[in-house]
Amino acid sequence: MDFTHEHEMFRQMVRKFVQTEIDPHIDEWEEARIFPAHDLFKKMGNLGLLGLTYPEQYGGGGVDYWYNAILLEEVGRTQCGGVPMAIAVQTDMATPALAEHGNDYQKETFLKPAIAGDAVFSIAVSEPDAGSDVAAIRTRAVLDGDEYVINGSKMWITNGTQADFLCLLTRTSGDYGFRGMSLIVVPTSTPGFSVSRKLEKLGNHSSDTAILSFDNMRVPVRNRIGAEGMGFMLQMRQFQQERLAAVLMSLSGVEQIIRTTINYTRERHAFGKPLLNNQWIYFKISELLTEVEAQRQLAYHCVRRFVAGEDITREVSMAKLKGGRLAREAADWCLQFHGGMGYVEEYPMARYFRDSRLMSIGGGADEIMLRIIAKLEGILPEGE
Amino acid sequence: MKVVVCTKQTPSTTAVFSVNNGAVSWEDSGGKPNVVNPWDEYAVEEAIRVKENHGASQAIALTMGTPDSQEALKTCLAMGCDEAILVSDPSFAGSDTLGTARILAAALEKIDGAKVVIFGKQAIDGDTGLTPVQVARKLGWTPVTYVSAIKEIKGHTITLERLLEDGKETVTTDLPVVISVVKEINEPRYPSFMGIRKANRATIPTWSAADLNISGGVGAGASQADWSHVYAIPAREGSVEIIEGDSVEEKVAALVDKLFEEKVI
Ligand SMILES: Cc1cc2nc3c(=O)[nH]c(=O)nc-3n(C[C@H](O)[C@H](O)[C@H](O)COP(=O)(O)OP(=O)(O)OC[C@H]3O[C@@H](n4cnc5c(N)ncnc54)[C@H](O)[C@@H]3O)c2cc1C
Ligand SMILES: Cc1cc2nc3c(=O)[nH]c(=O)nc-3n(C[C@H](O)[C@H](O)[C@H](O)COP(=O)(O)OP(=O)(O)OC[C@H]3O[C@@H](n4cnc5c(N)ncnc54)[C@H](O)[C@@H]3O)c2cc1C
Repeated sequence: MDFTHEHEMFRQMVRKFVQTEIDPHIDEWEEARIFPAHDLFKKMGNLGLLGLTYPEQYGGGGVDYWYNAILLEEVGRTQCGGVPMAIAVQTDMATPALAEHGNDYQKETFLKPAIAGDAVFSIAVSEPDAGSDVAAIRTRAVLDGDEYVINGSKMWITNGTQADFLCLLTRTSGDYGFRGMSLIVVPTSTPGFSVSRKLEKLGNHSSDTAILSFDNMRVPVRNRIGAEGMGFMLQMRQFQQERLAAVLMSLSGVEQIIRTTINYTRERHAFGKPLLNNQWIYFKISELLTEVEAQRQLAYHCVRRFVAGEDITREVSMAKLKGGRLAREAADWCLQFHGGMGYVEEYPMARYFRDSRLMSIGGGADEIMLRIIAKLEGILPEGE
Repeated sequence: MKVVVCTKQTPSTTAVFSVNNGAVSWEDSGGKPNVVNPWDEYAVEEAIRVKENHGASQAIALTMGTPDSQEALKTCLAMGCDEAILVSDPSFAGSDTLGTARILAAALEKIDGAKVVIFGKQAIDGDTGLTPVQVARKLGWTPVTYVSAIKEIKGHTITLERLLEDGKETVTTDLPVVISVVKEINEPRYPSFMGIRKANRATIPTWSAADLNISGGVGAGASQADWSHVYAIPAREGSVEIIEGDSVEEKVAALVDKLFEEKVI
């Protein structure tokens, strides 16, 4: 058994939290195109939800990743993609490198408030001209005494308009390639930091996504996580946890939309019987549920290996690829079975259709997962 | 002064209740474990607040039940109770509310310094609401029901607000008291993650019949109340009639006639 009674108790607690503190506000936050990150994160921090696996010394829970898996699964049950994604940025995408490779000063100054919910984090990797091709980033940090002077810009940054700290991937030497990059924690109060624009998106409306710009931002050298030039490696490691989180959260969403579709088609009648009683529909739903179960087992396999401290790059890349594909397939079929109701905003269906599409793009597109898998299998052609 | 909260482990609110040949069953398709009786969550919260705001030295959770009732007690610990005690013995099985009250009263007498005992309004499975007053009677303490606020605990007295159908009532009485609380009294907190961790590491003492000085009979044999006939209420027959007509006026006229006919208006 992967889950103990204590895990179950924890699950019930998170479920109740999501039902009372998140669910009732989703429509309002979607409409507002932002959610109150500081307010929600503080509530989560008070319950110890934002640093479950992090050291107790900094306010973390010091427990195994299964707790975090439960958090993600339960948060993923809320009826939107935006808020769960924003939470996962804080817990699984912007802070793992800091927790694992940061020094005491950095953890005390940046990680502790993140765990407490006093500070909101963003992960700033992608740029207008470099998304999939991380090695092409151009944001540059130039050493000047005991400070870096940073110039450049970042694109599609989740929590970008509300963040207190960025975990920034920047070039510290060279012009192209994975050498010469560093991860630096940047307080957004630094002069020269600005939010260029909040992006209007297809979905995940409750999450704010921004273009950030850096104009001669001076950041102390002691904010650099790990050694200079290690940034790419640290970020690739951090990506593994980001992908695992995306996989676990999206599982809840996909399962939920299928269950919603079962309920809808059971109630809705056409041609003298419930829609669900058409073999075309109940077979398709059975097939989708089978995919979900298989995906869950792959996800749990990743968690088990992750907990054991093993490298999950291969499996989590497969799970991320599969998760994206499954979300797209399920969204399409479930919308189809909702008929006209799937196309209007009265039902959760339309929102799921929009939000779930991100799974195949964010955190590394499907094609990037395929590249990683091919590489690890030794079938990626030379020079590709 | 210690505050004790008495809780019961009940099926979760999503469990489906059914009766077959007089036998009651609670099935939870979600496979959810039993929970702290939902009404008792307010009692647990209030006990913790009595400690936080009214200077109780300890908040203790007490349950009479089968060994797996420990799980409900863990929730109380996770929310913030300092201690939990399980009262369990094979001879307690099948106790009615009076038997339960005898057992709980004996356990409460064993807890040194217990001055305020808090119950939920009723349990969602048995739904009698009797246990709190019966416990008070056994102990010879003052019972106060439908409590919606604990206003003050001063010296040997406690001031409470009761929520009644027609209004509110303020009562001051001597300690010790046994009170049952309504949901208006507070908003129960979530068990914190740290609380859950602590609760699962805690060992919960179990008191058996031999540890208690119970007066009066307990268990199925001593039950005064007998569920002689338990049955599910038959589903009500309903039918729908759609009123036809050529115009809205015609349909409305027909509807009004119908409503008069059925003596609805
Ligand atoms: C809502 C949202 C939130 C985001 N949040 C963040 C965030 O918080 N922080 C952050 O740093 N980034 C964030 N991103 C950015 C995200 O990580 C990138 O969009 C993603 O990595 C894809 O990069 P790109 O958009 O530049 O696509 P491109 O690199 O331009 O690729 C476009 C498409 O081309 C295909 N492709 C690319 N390379 C290859 C190849 N070698 N072979 C075959 N096909 C290929 C893929 O299908 C890909 O989808 C977010 C994006 C979105 C939409
Ligand atoms: C934007 C929009 C504009 C529209 N404009 C108009 C308009 O101007 N005028 C108008 O009259 N209508 C309009 N409609 C309604 C539209 O024609 C219906 O939504 C459509 O015909 C499907 O009907 P339904 O929504 O009732 O789906 P349902 O009949 O409830 O069917 C739901 C789903 O069940 C499945 N299904 C149904 N029957 C079977 C079966 N026998 N076997 C297997 N699967 C089955 C299909 O996947 C179907 O999509 C509009 C709808 C939308 C979304």
